[in-house]
Amino acid sequence: MKIFRAEWRKLRRPTLFFGSMGAVVAVTALVVSLLFLLIDSEMGNADRGQRITRDILALPSGISIGFSSSAGLLGIVALCVFAAQTAQEYTYGTLRSLLVREPRRIRLLIGKYLSMGLFAFFTVLFSAISSVVLAFALSGTAKVSTVAWTTSEAWTNLFETFVNVLISTFGYGTIGMVLGLLLRSPISSISIGVGWLFIVESILSIAWSPSGNWLPGSLLSVVANGGAPIGVTDVPSYSEAFIRVSAMTTAAALVTGYMFKRRDVAS
Amino acid sequence: MTAISVKGLTKSYGDLVAVKDATFEVPLGTICGFVGPNGSGKTTTIRMLLSLISPTSGSGEILDEPISHPERYLSRVGAMIEGPAFYPALTGAENLRVIATLGGFPISRIPELLETVGLAGRGDDKYKTYSLGMKQRLGISAALLPNPKLLILDEPTNGLDPAGIQEIRDLLSKLAKEGVTVFVSSHLLSEIEMISEYLVMLRKGEVIFFGKTEELLHRSRPTIVVRATKTSDLKRLKKLVDEIGNPALLEGDELRIDADEKWGAELNELAFENEIVLKQITPVRPTLEETFFTMTEEER
Ligand SMILES: Nc1ncnc2c1ncn2[C@@H]1O[C@H](COP(=O)(O)OP(=O)(O)OP(=O)(O)O)[C@@H](O)[C@H]1O
Ligand SMILES: [Mg+2]
Repeated sequence: MKIFRAEWRKLRRPTLFFGSMGAVVAVTALVVSLLFLLIDSEMGNADRGQRITRDILALPSGISIGFSSSAGLLGIVALCVFAAQTAQEYTYGTLRSLLVREPRRIRLLIGKYLSMGLFAFFTVLFSAISSVVLAFALSGTAKVSTVAWTTSEAWTNLFETFVNVLISTFGYGTIGMVLGLLLRSPISSISIGVGWLFIVESILSIAWSPSGNWLPGSLLSVVANGGAPIGVTDVPSYSEAFIRVSAMTTAAALVTGYMFKRRDVAS
Repeated sequence: MTAISVKGLTKSYGDLVAVKDATFEVPLGTICGFVGPNGSGKTTTIRMLLSLISPTSGSGEILDEPISHPERYLSRVGAMIEGPAFYPALTGAENLRVIATLGGFPISRIPELLETVGLAGRGDDKYKTYSLGMKQRLGISAALLPNPKLLILDEPTNGLDPAGIQEIRDLLSKLAKEGVTVFVSSHLLSEIEMISEYLVMLRKGEVIFFGKTEELLHRSRPTIVVRATKTSDLKRLKKLVDEIGNPALLEGDELRIDADEKWGAELNELAFENEIVLKQITPVRPTLEETFFTMTEEER
């Protein structure tokens, strides 16, 4: 708990906190705006040129589509924050001060992880709120019926989406923290993380589509969408994706945690 | 109870032995200087004492707890290792709050601590705007947060101006009077010899001396420096002194004789009998720095 609160002091720094929340709201707004304003565009109004029609948006689940489409971008934010906050303890040399005050290293990692988890929770919350507000605001312009959005089914769906997006965001965050611990440099852990998840994975899955069944980024996007994202086929089911990606991240976290516990801190 | 006690502590990095079979003790309630030239293994030893790195072999105890169980003693230890390290985007005070929160120390002590190290009024400035000396001072205040029984400082005077160094010395003496044991490293013996009651000396990873500072002084032989009006007289005196069996060395217009202060009277008499007029007889105790160099020379 002390570790959690100490870490929170660093995370609540206004430029970091409001900067990240602002970025999250901005990207969510962008995704939702494209979804509604380009609804009649030939080029598509969603990821990878997919078209999401008025009828789909008017369903009870329609209110959550903008939010779940932002999950990948929330993932990038989480990956960056977790990686940077972890790796910079090495680059600033502050890790040694932390370990003198809390020599139980695994506890230190867990407390730090939970604190960053709270930060990630806020990014997801801000994204959810702004996506819902903006969906209602733009529904008139896009001529999308909102009748189904206020049913209890819609709210249940939104809540489920929230949980799924949160899980995927934690997944990205865990990957970020693991990379931060391994590489000990914010820039390389962020560039390798983002580069792998969002560039290398796309190339791999285009080159050989079954690879998507085992790539953490693709699995996390299945989790975030509560199943196959619209227009995507050939992916594992939600529960399969969830089990695979949790097994992968847990194993990576355990191995890195063990290494961190044993490793000399001489920076 | 001892503050620090290590036995056969060794740390190797591949072929390089950074600390070799170090054995020493530091009693409670003293200021102990930890000196050695650059690269002699001071920081490496301190890292092992704080359990940041694990020794290749050997053991140690801090406040009677084994260094393999840092959680048992670190709450009573304040430390600054190899320069201050803080978050540049946070203010000095907020940086201290992070550490206080983590260690469970009262945040209310922070203004008082900033005052102690001479940073009053600057606590709300961002760390990245601090000068080197201010960073160093913040590092020392962070080490004082736990109200420690043992304070371990690695080169705390790096980057401080002479007045700043004096302030730190005064602060350490004051803390020692309050019962804090201070273990402070430096590559300059002259910087800490006047406040260190106790010394641990390292050379190339090996402990070459540990014990009271006085004891080290006694190990070194005193000298008598003699000046005469005529150099030829000094040459004659050197012969006479050599015959008695006290080795003497002629350096310019000075004759340095390896002998105790008390022998001065006898020397004077000897000179008088031989009609040598002496201008000056000064007994000289070598500084610790000189002793240190002599010791390292001898070992070679
Ligand atoms: N992580 C490391 N990997 C390899 N060698 C190391 C490591 N840390 C220290 N060394 C080596 O160990 C030796 C002792 O270094 P240490 O930093 O303990 O010296 P020091 O007495 O603190 O010197 P200074 O006065 O310059 O601070 C040096 O030769 C150094 O190169
Ligand atoms: Mg050093």
